[in-house]
Amino acid sequence: MTGPGATLFVVTSIFAMAGALMTISSRRPLRAAIGLLVHIVSLSAMFLTLNAHLLAALQLLVYAGAIVVLFVFVIMLIGPAAEIGPMEGRLASRTLGIALTIVVVLAVSTSVAYFDAPWQAVSDEFGTVEGLGMAIYKQALVPFEIISITLLVAIVGAIAVARSRTE
Amino acid sequence: MGIGTYLALASVLFGIGAAGFLARRNMLIQLMSIELMLNAVNVLLLAFNRAYPGNHDGQVFAFFVIAVAAAEAAVGLAILIAYYRIKKTLDTDDATLLKY
Repeated sequence: MTGPGATLFVVTSIFAMAGALMTISSRRPLRAAIGLLVHIVSLSAMFLTLNAHLLAALQLLVYAGAIVVLFVFVIMLIGPAAEIGPMEGRLASRTLGIALTIVVVLAVSTSVAYFDAPWQAVSDEFGTVEGLGMAIYKQALVPFEIISITLLVAIVGAIAVARSRTE
Repeated sequence: MGIGTYLALASVLFGIGAAGFLARRNMLIQLMSIELMLNAVNVLLLAFNRAYPGNHDGQVFAFFVIAVAAAEAAVGLAILIAYYRIKKTLDTDDATLLKY
């Protein structure tokens, strides 16, 4: 892949990593939510370089439109108690956790970075609403219906768990 | 930009999410770190499907990952609100009801 696809990939990957770092390092939860939003929007643009047009739109709709807004609503509900400093207590365990994560990520990313498969030409309908919709409709109809039940159960469970006990 | 670049980027993003989950004790930030890790897996699925574009299996899987992530976020935030109502804090170090 050359040309605009490569440029878009470089720009969106930088923004995705910056947003992710902002999410995990910021002291205020609202800034973390904005970092998550930056991460999600840039990943949605990156999906375009992978010919995943429908999933780019779904990423924007579901993640940026629903999940980030849900996080912001919860931050608003909880208020100032949501803010906890980034480095509080248990220094040894968190240092060990971060160090192990960095070692594993360095090992994995440097070893997979040389894996190469030639980009094959894709058909016109690859990743579009028609192509992916027909794939879901033909191969994954039962999982699609089960997903709807899962979402219904999640709604009922969320209401049951979060409902106030003081009637 | 071969597929290896996408794989390396996805593993770095997953590592950032895992580090955030391990290092932070704020439950909100930990839920956001879970979303970061799910997004990194989606990048992997789409990159492999673009490299082997004979069918849509990877994109179908990423579609279901997005749907399950939405359900997970809803239930996780409901648990967070219930936890905040009991403890008046979001620090997960204080979640010791089952410890003693």
